[in-house]
Amino acid sequence: MVESSVNFAKASSAALKDPQLRANFRRAMDGLMSKRAVQFADTAEWNGVRTLAASVRMRALSKLPELLEQLEANCTKNGIQVHWASTTDEANAIVLSIMQRVNAKLVVKGKSMVTEEMHLNAFLEQHGIESLESDLGEYIVQLDEAMPSHIIMPAIHMNTKQIAHLFKQKIKEAEYTEDVAQLTDLARRVLRRKFATADVGMSGVNAAVAQTGTLCLIENEGNGRMCTTVPPVHIAVMGLEKVVEKLEDVPPIISLLPRSATGQPITTYVNMITSPRKPGEKDGPREIHLVILDNGRSNVYADAELRDTLRCIRCGACMNHCPVYTKVGGHAYEAPYPGPIGKILVPQMEGLAKRGEMPHACTMCNACVEICPVKIPIVEIMGRLRAEAVHPGNAVKDAGARGSKAEAMVWKGWSTTYASPTAYRFATALLAKLGNAAPSSLPLLKEWTNVRSKPRFAARTLHDLAREKGIPDV
Amino acid sequence: MEQSTRAIPPRPESVYYFGTCLVDLFYPEAGMAGIDLLKAQGIRVVFPQGQSCCGQPAYNSGYRDEALKVARAQLDFFPGDWPIVVPSGSCAGMMHKHWPDLFKGEPDEARARQVAARVWELTQFLVHVLNVTFEDQGEPVRITWHASCHAQREMGVVDEPKALLRQLANVELVELQREKECCGFGGTFAVRHPEISAAMVGDKVADIEGTGAKSVVSGDCGCLMNINGALDAGQKPVRGVHIAQFLKERTNG
Repeated sequence: MVESSVNFAKASSAALKDPQLRANFRRAMDGLMSKRAVQFADTAEWNGVRTLAASVRMRALSKLPELLEQLEANCTKNGIQVHWASTTDEANAIVLSIMQRVNAKLVVKGKSMVTEEMHLNAFLEQHGIESLESDLGEYIVQLDEAMPSHIIMPAIHMNTKQIAHLFKQKIKEAEYTEDVAQLTDLARRVLRRKFATADVGMSGVNAAVAQTGTLCLIENEGNGRMCTTVPPVHIAVMGLEKVVEKLEDVPPIISLLPRSATGQPITTYVNMITSPRKPGEKDGPREIHLVILDNGRSNVYADAELRDTLRCIRCGACMNHCPVYTKVGGHAYEAPYPGPIGKILVPQMEGLAKRGEMPHACTMCNACVEICPVKIPIVEIMGRLRAEAVHPGNAVKDAGARGSKAEAMVWKGWSTTYASPTAYRFATALLAKLGNAAPSSLPLLKEWTNVRSKPRFAARTLHDLAREKGIPDV
Repeated sequence: MEQSTRAIPPRPESVYYFGTCLVDLFYPEAGMAGIDLLKAQGIRVVFPQGQSCCGQPAYNSGYRDEALKVARAQLDFFPGDWPIVVPSGSCAGMMHKHWPDLFKGEPDEARARQVAARVWELTQFLVHVLNVTFEDQGEPVRITWHASCHAQREMGVVDEPKALLRQLANVELVELQREKECCGFGGTFAVRHPEISAAMVGDKVADIEGTGAKSVVSGDCGCLMNINGALDAGQKPVRGVHIAQFLKERTNG
């Protein structure tokens, strides 16, 4: 394994030293959490719709191969051309070949996390094609030459002032203003011109309906509808897990997704795309392509426990509620998917050699599990990945890559001591006597005492006290 | 995670007490206070001297075989069918919720499940099984409550501790703004990611200070070790105290 591992601790350290960033996230996430709570104040309704949505996703995953074949057949029947990509390189090559065939110079994009996974913008740029993000948040991040810091709100790490400066600096016609309406209007004017001239429009997919060959896309800004209707060619990309069985499976997802994500009752636009322009129709693209990406997902699918990772509907609520994410922000993860879902998905996609630390960037507080609209057992999967990281196996890429003999010995010694009452009693007596003499410079104690006082071992253990007080043993 | 909907057993004559390894070494007084609270209700409390740890540290670090070995060693010490009361939501959660998974497919799975089903977090047991009522003997004081993540989200213990604290006439309970937010302990997380942990406990300390409380009461010694460590290092006058110790001090001195 030559790939170096990603250093989350280092990246998060930089984020923690940026008071503006911390304040931006704290304020934004507090707001999102309270807005979501209002949406789900009715606990019975929440439990009902959540159980329904989870069962929709579980049912889809239980027959995934069959549904994907059905999706391909029905899309093809509808005139949507389906392409399969097992890697991001293959997906990029497919997109490029379509664009080269139609001699595309400019592509406008709606929000798509899969294209982030593919690093598509950079790839297209290398091939002389301008790829423009049209979701406002994505547009801001692209202007800033940065990555999205949240899967739903890509520019959530910035405040209005920072965006105002960015626009002034990067957009020729911009005059400095901190007025949100004026900033939005400026972006809209720039983007409208591009929509009119783009050769290709791209989008993601929130759910693909196998029975009808329908691509569902929800969005707030109308840019998704523009991308999928104005340019002559539309290319949609999706991860292979995004399929659902039937049309009735869609409402619980489009009800839960925006309510969980931003606390909105519904998104402004719900697009259901079933075919390219038909003879006699006055608008719509002449070609629609659907690129279905694997990128490690079928490996996730193969394990009955890890498979639950694929239930995700990408609402981002787990990020909003994660006490780690809300402190360090999305960039610290250096991954297309940050936060709790990223911590379980990315290591499975990219392997534990590179991403083995991600599942440890978590206190296992379960705040994400509590609010996940499709009941993904995120923390259980996190625990499983921690085990995979230190034990050789074949369920996850690079399993065992993080194992160290020293750590394994520590745990072996610990278990031997703690599983034997005699050894345990001896060890605790020793710690009670000598433990407090340990210098704060020792590894682990050093990290602890960075901001905390040293914990003090009690002179007598609870075992001692119970014995002395005559508490019966049997 | 849904609120616990488990069946409430009849009031037992005896209970087992599982003290937890953290309480054993660092907070034995809190552990004894829990025993005393149960005894004051006329319950016979059995503290098996062979007990050590629920196995959570190894389990959460990815060393499941080692966790299993330690968890398995506990099973022998709780042979009766009495409830097992634990003064920690986190260790109770490990036993009640995770042991069935940990022992899955093992020859002693049925036995482990039987033990796990009898595990109760202390305040959950005091409220639901013993229906305790406390009479406050202390001076007027303002306190706040920190909810442990695993008590809330694994054991479904949310309102029980606060209901007990509200029984105390001279205690003013001011809730934290972000009561349910993790304090940043997370076991090995605190030393694997010390800077993030520091930021988290920093936010928690600021929230505690904002209440003007004299004490922050909690039900888990992991949280308390973290929060008290930060309060002490920051030379703040507030201190954290385990709910068992607080209740005992308020009710019979």
